[in-house]
Amino acid sequence: MRTSPYIGLHIVIAILALLPFVLPNSFYLDLAIRMAINAVIVLGLNLLIGFAGQISLGHAGFLGIGAYASAVLPTHFNLHPLLAMGVGAALAGLLAALVARPIFRLKGNYLAMATLGLGIILNIALRNEAAWTGGPDGMPVPALGLAGFELSGDRQWYWVVAALLAVSVWASLNLIDSPFGRALRALHGSEVAARVVGVDVARYKLAIFVMSAVFASLMGSVTAHYIGFVTPGVADFFHSIELVTMVVIGGMASVYGSLIGAVLLTALPQALATFEGWETVVFGAILMLSMIFLPRGLVPTLAARFGRGA
Amino acid sequence: MLAQFLQFLFSGITVGATYALAALGFTLIYNASNVINFAQGEFIMLGGMLAVFFAQSGLPLPAAMLLAILVPAGVGVLIEKLAIEPVKGAETVSLIIITIGASLVIRGLAAVGFGKGTFSLPAFSGETPIDVLGATLMPQSLWVLGVTAAAVGALWYFFNYSLAGKAMLATACNRMAAQLVGIDTNGVLFLSFALSAGMGALGGILIAPLTLTAYDVGVMLGLKGFVAAVLGGLGNGLGAVVGGLLVGLIEALGAGYISSAYKDAIPFVLILLILFFMPRGLFGARLTERV
Repeated sequence: MRTSPYIGLHIVIAILALLPFVLPNSFYLDLAIRMAINAVIVLGLNLLIGFAGQISLGHAGFLGIGAYASAVLPTHFNLHPLLAMGVGAALAGLLAALVARPIFRLKGNYLAMATLGLGIILNIALRNEAAWTGGPDGMPVPALGLAGFELSGDRQWYWVVAALLAVSVWASLNLIDSPFGRALRALHGSEVAARVVGVDVARYKLAIFVMSAVFASLMGSVTAHYIGFVTPGVADFFHSIELVTMVVIGGMASVYGSLIGAVLLTALPQALATFEGWETVVFGAILMLSMIFLPRGLVPTLAARFGRGA
Repeated sequence: MLAQFLQFLFSGITVGATYALAALGFTLIYNASNVINFAQGEFIMLGGMLAVFFAQSGLPLPAAMLLAILVPAGVGVLIEKLAIEPVKGAETVSLIIITIGASLVIRGLAAVGFGKGTFSLPAFSGETPIDVLGATLMPQSLWVLGVTAAAVGALWYFFNYSLAGKAMLATACNRMAAQLVGIDTNGVLFLSFALSAGMGALGGILIAPLTLTAYDVGVMLGLKGFVAAVLGGLGNGLGAVVGGLLVGLIEALGAGYISSAYKDAIPFVLILLILFFMPRGLFGARLTERV
């Protein structure tokens, strides 16, 4: 079914390595950085939604935890930004672990409701605790650095984010072919059947949820440092939906689909800027059309057409 | 003390009635198609905005209201025909994205058509508050409760005594079996979208004189309607009404006694707690998974 998953990885690395030399200006470099950041988040989310079959409509909440940990902890507690990033990821992971057991007893639309609620509560908390978070206006984020060296400029950021993305693709490919990955796909197929063959369903769901939450929190921190400013918008419902849409449009349970989905949906708002005032309408219409005509997502549909597994 | 409590009670039940209508909308569509229609909130918004628009263009209020129910119902049918029927049996996530796409289209069009300002609809019968044991009750609240009760009653009659209503119930129970005994299940789908959009729009019109309306009010109202539907147990009509009133009530009491800044978070905290202990809501049916 699969020739070698690593061919794709080599292509991704080659593209990432060449990209900065062909991009005409810093506008495109900035776009590429944001695409890569989203791609890492979507990879993590796709492990949860695509491979394990558990929907999360509140994932931006975990992004928000990371982003605000990187903003609040260094500003108010003088914590080193790297340490703050770690604390954020730990918090996100802890929260995910705490809610995972009760939440993942739920299925389908009930699960959608619970994760959606979790995200909205986090978002409202960020908006309301203005003394810490700057409220709806947001707050600045200090620069990220280590031992006197400070990460600055789009080029440096590009290489950091590109390296993160390459590692994430490699890790995801390995993960889905490991016993862990096979267990996830088994419980997606049928939970009862998975349990019958000895998969501890609850434990695997918890593990993948925590993992994708930590992924999201870390990338939330990276985004916050890169942009230098956070607003509660990073954690709102619409952002959660955007992330899920990237997963589904690229292709559920497809590593390369996650990349395509992230690239397309990050570029889309830029492309739609010409529609002055009609962006939302066009964006919504594109979501609907792609789901109606490509319900399985781009990569799996194309792969099926050309007779290869993805 | 009592006056304050009554005040919270009134505002809670009034808003709760809108949530109940929205939750009924979710329930109708869910029963006919297993789809959670995330565009439900936009029907509420459309109801309020169109009523303002038609009233301002000189139509008498009742005519404006009627049109503001019929147009969203048409929009609902359009969504069903164009976007839901072609993808029958798709995965939950795909359906969620389609209806969210639809909600973005509607909200975007409303922003272009009506502008991004806030609008208000005149109250149906004056603004003189009624004094009840020290608490004030707006006449509009009575309209909200009365009309909602009438709508719920009409719906109950429809499902229990009309052939079309029974056909809808049968389809909700088992689509295949319904089709086999000759029920037009596509017609049921069509009707459920029209009814559910109309219900939502009605709620939006009723509440518009009390809370201002704008192109983006649908998001929160819709999500809270979803909370109400899940609280009552998805697919349960009575549950949806009870869920709506409960969500409104607890939100108002929580905002009054605990924290008004966290008013919008209260329904979501509530639903998380409920789902932790009752994974299928208050009145949800127990299901056994077939392998």
